[in-house]
Amino acid sequence: MSIGSIKAVSANPTWPDEIYQVLKEVGVQQVALVPDAGHTRLIKSFEADNSVRVVSLTTEEEGIAMLAGAWLGGQKGVLLLQSSGVGNCINMLSLPNICRMPLLMLVTMRGEFGEFNPWQVPMGQGTQPALESMGVIIRRADKPEDVTRTVAGAAHLAFNTWRPVAVLIGQNVLGAKNFKEMAQK
Amino acid sequence: MTSPMVSSSNLLHRRAVIGELLRDRGDLLCVASLGAPNWDITAVGDHPNNFPLWGAMAASVMMGLGLAIAQPNRRVIVFAGDGEMLMSLGALATVGAQKPRNLSVVVLDNERYGETGMQKTHTAAGVDLTAVAKGCAIPTCLTVKTEAEIAGLRRAVYEGEGPVFATVKIDPEALPFVLPPSDGVILTTRFRQSVLGNEALYN
Ligand SMILES: Cc1ncc(C[n+]2csc(CCOP(=O)(O)OP(=O)(O)O)c2C)c(N)n1
Ligand SMILES: [Mg+2]
Repeated sequence: MSIGSIKAVSANPTWPDEIYQVLKEVGVQQVALVPDAGHTRLIKSFEADNSVRVVSLTTEEEGIAMLAGAWLGGQKGVLLLQSSGVGNCINMLSLPNICRMPLLMLVTMRGEFGEFNPWQVPMGQGTQPALESMGVIIRRADKPEDVTRTVAGAAHLAFNTWRPVAVLIGQNVLGAKNFKEMAQK
Repeated sequence: MTSPMVSSSNLLHRRAVIGELLRDRGDLLCVASLGAPNWDITAVGDHPNNFPLWGAMAASVMMGLGLAIAQPNRRVIVFAGDGEMLMSLGALATVGAQKPRNLSVVVLDNERYGETGMQKTHTAAGVDLTAVAKGCAIPTCLTVKTEAEIAGLRRAVYEGEGPVFATVKIDPEALPFVLPPSDGVILTTRFRQSVLGNEALYN
């Protein structure tokens, strides 16, 4: 790897398997998602787990409402999404906010470290203020070795104090792609 | 012969339909979208197993799905306004893909945004929500226009193989508001306590 690399530090990071374990330990039974490449491995783990219901959404706000319903019925869940999808959720975040319901969102970031696609930048830069404007507590993980502990802390905060909490997994952790390089191949 | 269920323009009265679907409800769980559907389920009898929404437009069907997955041994009914349903058409695709056997979605279609001044919705221009639901692979899809069809809808909700989707064409009447608690914490806590028992208060 060159000294100026913006790729992921490790090609086979351990955090996706670790946060799967963490989410199992806290009792997550429903997983709502719009796929992002950064969550591929975690999604695979959940799909292979018969005791967890994985629900693919048409838009991220569906997941906020679904997990509110899950909580009413006594189940915990997690919403997996890309930072772009945060913008789709804004008004729906009223629901966990006003009902004092737990919500755990794991957001893979775009539009920041090493981004090459200009269209990702506005929502990537708007992600944290948008969430904060709706009362969502933010935790960031910007190093691979921080992700597991950050997710564990966020999960406990969300489920023990009944609040919406989002973990922003930085692009530094995920590594940035460059479609221009890929197009040349 | 006039029936108390039908208006002078021969359309079903919304609260009469809901009253019929929620009578003798057993352990049925109910979510209703903001505005008139919320006031309607409250008018026929507020209940801890009701979750009446006061906002979060477009939430109702997906809340019903999460609830139906979490409580597979109970029936779940969602009452959604046509405006609410139009704002969450994608949720029908998600329900069609998931196929929860215990979920029914009943759209109260007055062809209007009732709450905001009775502006026409897309259903007034011929958009057919039952056809959308069919296209979303929901196995049982009905359009209900007459009193005679209500019994079949009730059977589908309580005994049918879900997911069930029904558009009920109703009179665009403006009825007196009957309000449930507006505090989301109260609504959430009473629902969870009723469904999950006192244990829900301790976690
Ligand atoms: C996101 C959002 N957009 C708009 C509104 C304003 N609004 C409140 S109720 C409503 C219409 C509801 O219509 P419908 O679901 O058909 O119910 P009805 O009163 O006709 O039974 C609208 C547009 C809102 N509360 N939230
Ligand atoms: Mg309407």
